[in-house]
Amino acid sequence: MQALYAQLLVGLINGSFYALLSLGLAVIFGMLNIINFAHGALYMMGAFVAYFLLNNDYLSIGYWPALIVAPIVVGIFGMILERTMLQWLTGLDHLYGLLLTFGIALIVQGVFQNYFGSSGLPYAIPDQLKGGMNLGFMFLPVYRGWVVVFSLIVCIATWFLIEKTRLGAYLRAATENPTLVRAFGINVPRMITLTYGLGVGLAALAGVLSAPINQVRPLMGADLIIVVFAVVVIGGMGSIMGSIITGFALGVIEGLTKYFYPEASNTVVFVLMVLVLLVKPTGLTGRAA
Amino acid sequence: MTVLTDDTLPVTPRAMRDEMIVFVVMALLLAAVPFSGLYPFFVMQALCFALLACAFNLLIGYGGLLSFGHAMFLGTAGYCSAHALKVWALPPELGILVGIAGAFVLSIVTGYISIRRQGIYFSMITLALSQLLYFIYLQAPFTHGEDGIQGIPQGRMFGVFDLTKPTVLYYVVLVGFLAGFLLIYRIINSPFGEVLKSIRENEPRAISLGYRTDQYKFLAFVLSGTLAGFAGALKVFVAQNASLTDVHWSMSGEVVLMTLVGGLGTIFGPVVGAFAIIAMQQYLAGFGQWVTVIQGSIFVICVLTFRRGVVGEIAHYFRRSL
Amino acid sequence: MNTRPIASFLLGTALALAATSGAMAQDKTIKVGVLTDNSGLYADLGGPGSTLAAQMAIEDSGLAAKGWKVDLISADHQNKPDIGTAIARQWIDVEKIDVFMDVLNSGVALAVNNVVREKNAILIDTGAATSDLTNAQCSPNTIHWVYDTYMLANSTGQALVKAGGDTWYFLTADYAFGHALERDTAAVVVKSGGKVIGSVKHPLNTADFSSFLLQAQASKAKIIGMANAGGDTTNTIKQAAEFGIVAGGQKLAGLLLFITDVHALGLKVAQGLNFTETFYWNLNDGTRAFSKRFSERMKNKAMPSMVQAGVYSGLIHYFKTLEALGGNPHDGAKVVAKMKEMPTDDPLFGQGTIRADGRKLHPAYLFEVKKPEESKGPWDYYKLIGTTAADQAFRPLSESACPLVKK
Repeated sequence: MQALYAQLLVGLINGSFYALLSLGLAVIFGMLNIINFAHGALYMMGAFVAYFLLNNDYLSIGYWPALIVAPIVVGIFGMILERTMLQWLTGLDHLYGLLLTFGIALIVQGVFQNYFGSSGLPYAIPDQLKGGMNLGFMFLPVYRGWVVVFSLIVCIATWFLIEKTRLGAYLRAATENPTLVRAFGINVPRMITLTYGLGVGLAALAGVLSAPINQVRPLMGADLIIVVFAVVVIGGMGSIMGSIITGFALGVIEGLTKYFYPEASNTVVFVLMVLVLLVKPTGLTGRAA
Repeated sequence: MTVLTDDTLPVTPRAMRDEMIVFVVMALLLAAVPFSGLYPFFVMQALCFALLACAFNLLIGYGGLLSFGHAMFLGTAGYCSAHALKVWALPPELGILVGIAGAFVLSIVTGYISIRRQGIYFSMITLALSQLLYFIYLQAPFTHGEDGIQGIPQGRMFGVFDLTKPTVLYYVVLVGFLAGFLLIYRIINSPFGEVLKSIRENEPRAISLGYRTDQYKFLAFVLSGTLAGFAGALKVFVAQNASLTDVHWSMSGEVVLMTLVGGLGTIFGPVVGAFAIIAMQQYLAGFGQWVTVIQGSIFVICVLTFRRGVVGEIAHYFRRSL
Repeated sequence: MNTRPIASFLLGTALALAATSGAMAQDKTIKVGVLTDNSGLYADLGGPGSTLAAQMAIEDSGLAAKGWKVDLISADHQNKPDIGTAIARQWIDVEKIDVFMDVLNSGVALAVNNVVREKNAILIDTGAATSDLTNAQCSPNTIHWVYDTYMLANSTGQALVKAGGDTWYFLTADYAFGHALERDTAAVVVKSGGKVIGSVKHPLNTADFSSFLLQAQASKAKIIGMANAGGDTTNTIKQAAEFGIVAGGQKLAGLLLFITDVHALGLKVAQGLNFTETFYWNLNDGTRAFSKRFSERMKNKAMPSMVQAGVYSGLIHYFKTLEALGGNPHDGAKVVAKMKEMPTDDPLFGQGTIRADGRKLHPAYLFEVKKPEESKGPWDYYKLIGTTAADQAFRPLSESACPLVKK
C-alpha cells in the first residue's frame, strides 16, 4: 500500500509535464488552429537554453533565472517562426500547419544533434532543491515536489489568464470571430503571435523543469510529443481546464501502470486513447470537431 | 477545405489519354533500367516507396485524410511476409499474400478507430496508433526486437522466377509496382473515387446528397492501408530484412514528405517524390549529419512556396491533372 | 564484379602453387568503408570519430610508402537496416569495398553481415552489441572485434559478485536485447555464488524511471543491474542519483555503457558506477599515446571510445594480414581465415587472437567511475577495479551455436 502512494506521487510528477505540454498545445490550437508538431522540439530547446544559462562562461546565471529567461527566449524564437512562416498558412487546410511544424521540428532537432551530439549534456539539480524528504512511505526528492507544485501554479495561472481576464476574453473572442474583434480595434495578428509565443513558452518552461531530471538531449521531446498528442486526443482541446486535468490524470494512470504492469507503461496512454475514441469519439471534454 | 490540386477539372477523354501516355513512358523508362547501368537495387527500393507513397496519396490526396502513421502498414506487412517466408518457409507469392492480409486486417482495425475523428485529430490518432504498434513490435518475440528479421530467403516466384537474380527480382518488383499503380489509378477514376473527391471538397454537401461519407472514408483507409502493405511485402524481397525502422514514426514522416514533394493529389507525384527522396537519402548518406535538417527544410520550403509539389506545379502550368 | 571471373580463373590455375599466388600479389589496392551512425543516437560513440580512427590506421600502417593504395570512404546508415544493406550492396558492387568497419547498431550489423557474406567481402564489426554475430549468425566473413553482450554480462557480473555484490536487482529494457543482457548476467551472478532478488521490465525510451527505481530501492539489493542502453541508461543513472540510491549504499552496474555516456552525465552524477569496457584511453602508454593524437584531431577534442579504438585496431590487423599475403586477393573469406591464423598485436588492445567463430579475444576491464575530486582533468573518469582474462571474458566455444566451430 505504501508503494502505491509512492507511485501515485511519482505519476503526478509525470502528469505535470503532460499537463504543461498539452496546455500549450491547446492554447496554440485554440488561437491558430494549428497542431504544433514542433512542440517537442521547443520543449527540448527550453532545456538547452537552461543548460547554457547554467554552464556558459559569460552567462552562468543558474537555474532560477532560467525559469523566466528560457521561456522568453524560446517564446521569442516561436514568435519569429509565427511571423515568418506560420502566418502565411492562415486560411489553408489544417494539415499544412501540421506539416510545416513537423518540418521545423526536424530542422531544430537536427541542428541540435549536429552541435551537441546525441548522448546529451549534464544538468545538475539546483542546490536549493537538492536532497529529499522521507515521507514515511517513500523518499521524495525535493525537486520532484517542486515540479508538481510549480507546474500546478503555472497551469492555473494560464487558465486564469485565458478564462478570467480581459485579455483572455479578447483571445477567446478572436478565436470565434477574428473579423469582428478586429473591428473593435484590436490587433488580431499581434494577438496570434503573442499566443503562439505563450504556448511555446509553456513548452520551454516544461523543458527547463525537466532538465535536472532527464538528460538534456536533442531528441528528448521527439517521443514525448506523440504521447502528448494522445493525451490531447483523449482530453479534447476544447477547454483549457480539460487539458490540464487530463494531463495530470494520465500521468497518474501511467504511474500506476508502472507499478502493476510495467511492461505496458509506455502503451497505456495509447490504449486509453483507443478506448476513449470507441466510447466517446469527441474526447472527454472536447466539442465535436 | 481549400483546394489542394487541380484534379477537380473534368476528366475528359483527352486528359485520360495524356495520363496513359505518361504512364506508358514511365513504364518503358523503368523497364529499361537494368540496361542503363543505373544501380537496380536503388531503383527497386525507390519503387517500393513509390507504391507506398501512391497508396498514402490515395488517402490524403483524394480523401483529404492525413495519416501520420502509414509506416504501420508498411512495417506490419513486412513482418508478416518475412515471418511467412522465413519461419513458415512459404513460397514468395504466398509470402506476399500473408503480408497484404496482415496490413488488411490492421487497416480495418485502425480505420475503425481513427475514422471517428476528422482533420488533425485524425492525424494525431493515426500517429498514436502507429506508436502503439511500434512498442508492441518492439516487445513481440517474433519480430526479434531491434535486431529485426534478417536473412530472409527470396526463393522462386511461382516456382519459376528465381528472385535471387537481381534482374529477375527487379522485373517482379516492377510488375508489382505497376499493377498497384494501375489499381490506384482505377480507384481514383471510379465512381467511388469521384465520391471521395467530393467528400474532400465539401463533406456536408456530400452528406446532404445522401452519401454515407464515413463508410467511404473507411473504405479508402482500408484500400490505402492494404496497398501500403503490398509495398511493404515487396520491400521484404528487396531489403531481405524486416526491421523496426519500417514502423517508426520517422518513416511515416518520410512517406508524407515524398508525397508532398511530388504533389498531393496528383497521380504521378508520389512516384516522383519517392525517387527524389530516396535518391537524396542515398547520396546524402556520405554527408551524414545533415539528413534530418535537409528533410525538415524541404518540408518547410514545400509548404511555404511549393504547395502543389513538383508534378502538381507542372500540371497546374499546363492546366492538366497528372 | 567483372574482375571476379578472371580472379577465379587465376585462382584455379594457381591452385597447384603456394597459397599466395604470384599472379594475385600484384594487386595492392585496398578500399575501406566505414559504415556508421553519423547523425543519430550513436554518433558520439562511432560516427566521425570512427572515420578518423580508420584514417589514422591507414597513416600508421605505412602501407602507402610500400606501394599500396588505400582508399577510405564513410557513410551514415542512420540506424536503419534498410539503408545499411542498400549502402553495403552498392559499396561492394559499385565501389568495390573490401572491408566494412564500425557498423554499430545490432540491427544494421546483422543485416550487413548477411550482405557481406553473400558477396564475400569482410565485416570487422567494432560497434554492435549483439553476440549473435559470432553465435547463431556467425559468418566466415565477419570478425566481431570489441565487445558483445555476453562478455559485458559475464565480466561485470563475475567481478562484482567477487567484490561482494552478491544480491542483484535488474532494471531491464523490455525487448530482446534487454532480456538477453539480464539472462546472461543473472546466469553469471548465480554461477559466481550471488543471488538475483528480482527484476522490473521497463519499456524502451522511458523518460521517467522513478517508479522503477523505487521498486529497486525497496528490494534492498546490493547491486542494481541496468540491462538497458543509451538514453535509458543515462536517465536511470541521473534519476538514481536524485533518489539517493547510490548514497543509500546500493551500487549501480551498467551492463552496456560507454565513456561517451559518462562524459554526457558528468562525474557528479555518474560517480561510483561500475561497468565493463575493453578499452580506456588512460590504460597504459600505448593507449595514451594514440588517444592524445586522436583527440587533437577530433572536432570537440573527445577521447576515443572503445568502438573507435576498435576500428583502428581491427584495421591495423587487417593491413598486417594483407601484407603477409603479399597482395589483396579481394576474397573476403580467404583474408578472414588468414586473419584468424595470425595473432593480433596493437598498442590499443594488446596481444590477442581471433577465434574460429570470428570472435576477437582480449581482456575485459571492470571500471568504476571516479568521484569528481579524484579526477585529474578532462576525460579522467575511470578507476580500474578488475580484469577478466581474454580466455575467460567471452562466451566459451563449448556453448557456441556457430556452425563454423568444429566440435
